[in-house]
Amino acid sequence: MPIIKLENVTKTYKVGDQQLVVLDGISVDIEEGEFVCIMGPSGSGKSTFMNIVGCLDTPTKGKYYLEGVDVSTMDLDELSEIRNKKIGFVFQQFNLLPRATAIENVELPLIYAGVPTRQRKQKALETLSWVGLKDRANYYPRQLSGGQQQRVAIARALINNPSIILADEPTGNLDSRVSIEIMEIFKKLNKERKLTTIIVTHEPDIAAFGKRQIRFLDGKIISDTKS
Amino acid sequence: MIALTSIINIAMRSLIANAMRSFLAMLGIIIGVGAVVTMVAIGTGASEKISAQISSMGSNLILILPGATTQGGIRMGAGTHQTLKMTDAEAIAKECSEVAAVAPVISGTAQVVFGNQNWSTAVLGTTPDMVTVREWDVVMGRFLTDQDIRSGTKVAVIGQTVSEKLFGELDPVGKIIRIKKIPFEIVGVLGKKGQSPTGQDQDDIIYVPITTAQRTLYGNVLPGRVRLIYAKAISLEAIPLATEQIRTLLRQRHKIAPGQEDDFTVMDLTQVLKTAEESTKTMSVLLGSIASVSLIVGGIGIMNIMLVSVTERTREIGIRMAVGAKPKDIRRQFLIESVFLTMIGGVLGLLLGIIASLILSSIMQWSISISFLSAFIAFGFSAFVGIFFGFYPAYKASSLNPIDALRYE
Ligand SMILES: Nc1ncnc2c1ncn2[C@@H]1O[C@H](COP(=O)(O)OP(=O)(O)O)[C@@H](O)[C@H]1O
Ligand SMILES: [Mg+2]
Repeated sequence: MPIIKLENVTKTYKVGDQQLVVLDGISVDIEEGEFVCIMGPSGSGKSTFMNIVGCLDTPTKGKYYLEGVDVSTMDLDELSEIRNKKIGFVFQQFNLLPRATAIENVELPLIYAGVPTRQRKQKALETLSWVGLKDRANYYPRQLSGGQQQRVAIARALINNPSIILADEPTGNLDSRVSIEIMEIFKKLNKERKLTTIIVTHEPDIAAFGKRQIRFLDGKIISDTKS
Repeated sequence: MIALTSIINIAMRSLIANAMRSFLAMLGIIIGVGAVVTMVAIGTGASEKISAQISSMGSNLILILPGATTQGGIRMGAGTHQTLKMTDAEAIAKECSEVAAVAPVISGTAQVVFGNQNWSTAVLGTTPDMVTVREWDVVMGRFLTDQDIRSGTKVAVIGQTVSEKLFGELDPVGKIIRIKKIPFEIVGVLGKKGQSPTGQDQDDIIYVPITTAQRTLYGNVLPGRVRLIYAKAISLEAIPLATEQIRTLLRQRHKIAPGQEDDFTVMDLTQVLKTAEESTKTMSVLLGSIASVSLIVGGIGIMNIMLVSVTERTREIGIRMAVGAKPKDIRRQFLIESVFLTMIGGVLGLLLGIIASLILSSIMQWSISISFLSAFIAFGFSAFVGIFFGFYPAYKASSLNPIDALRYE
């Protein structure tokens, strides 16, 4: 059974009095432990796809099965729970809380999972060490470089042991050397922890990290190749 | 379920991060609660003072005055017919079952001299039961006795003010004073009573046996007539029945035909109490309106600042939702934040109110009373305002769509 299964997923937005079709009948299966890179021009619907897979958004039409369960049957609380427990999201803009330290940012998902403070701190510190930022635990995001901020964000995505990592242009704001470092982390995660990983990127050398490349154009998948 | 301590921690941080703005938002609540606490302190102070004065008159007290009651009030003062007799007082004591004690009074003002000190005061002729009726302690010596009444002895019992004016630090008991030039021996000193509800100094008084007063001091009074009769009902509940018994008895004794007006007036302090209650009620209404206006204004201020805060932190809300915050977690976070704001405002308002009432009481000589009620009001109101006016912003925050929130710049 694929961990992620989309059947004929369509997403439309109403802009003025026109229907804008952003995803146009997407069907795709992703197996557990796969490392997928999504490519395609700006506006082709990559982020929208990621948001639906990450349960931040829902399809207008079609079905999305996560671990065999139809996501459309879930209410807001259940979707929150899925985002909390099964999915780790990494964004292009890092999306850290500016007034919280690195360790506080990392422990955030555990707060909503109801984990007691001491365990939370301990786990957050472990995860920060894993991304190599143990000594930066009490730094605020603005005191960290872009690469370090993205590592904090990865630690936050990992802390609740998700089964899926979704990264939407995680290297979009980073220079190429740092981008490679970040991609090495994803690669290691996928290899060692068998985490299902989906990464959106523009750059072919970044996409080369994946074992499967899916190409979007105008809301459709135009190619799906395994390397 | 996310732990309350975590939410409180989050709320604290965001308030501290915007300390100045939080303070300004609280200002309405601070002033509102401060005003209410001040008003309550002054209000309860005033009503405590009134009830203390009323109880200083003696509990369950009934006054019987000569002259008829007129429409809407009591006709009293000079020229009133002396319709009450000494024997009326005796009859009331004997026949009215609901009356515990009776003390008739003949009153007048007289010049009193001791050595080179002299003082003009009320000199009242009465009977031994006066101290029972008025619940008055004798702090030195003794009060008048039946023997004094029978023999018409020239003895006097003085109040605190008279004692101070004539004797200062000296022990008055056994000293001879001259009342209207007639020598009287002081046999006792009464305890302090303070002001009456009408603002008179109740301690500026001298009591002498009623018989002595009649014979030697107030010769112009018709024999056997008294100025007023004090009676004490056996209990608070017995006051109406006692009043009725006295009326019936006196009408009978004064041979007043049915349909004819009373030639006396029976009144009790429940009327005075009622007036006091009325003014306290007016005060409460005033309080209530000041409270509601200021707290509504304060609440709107809080709501405004919370809405601004929600908008400013849209992205934060998006991030929290993306990592698993449920709508109710977000709602609770913002609600607790607004309750926090208003509660801190409530505490500051309480302090402001206490300081303001202390200043007012020292400047205006008002008696104040700061009670748990004030603190309860401060906390209760501010928590309520926080929840009520914080709900909409919190609801708005919790119903944001995570994607839109994340994309918000
Ligand atoms: N909330 C929205 N309302 C209207 N149009 C939207 C909305 N979200 C995305 N779009 C449009 O959908 C298209 C696809 O967006 P997106 O999925 O972000 O593309 P990509 O990530 O591939 O650049 C874009 O044209 C974008 O303008
Ligand atoms: Mg995008």
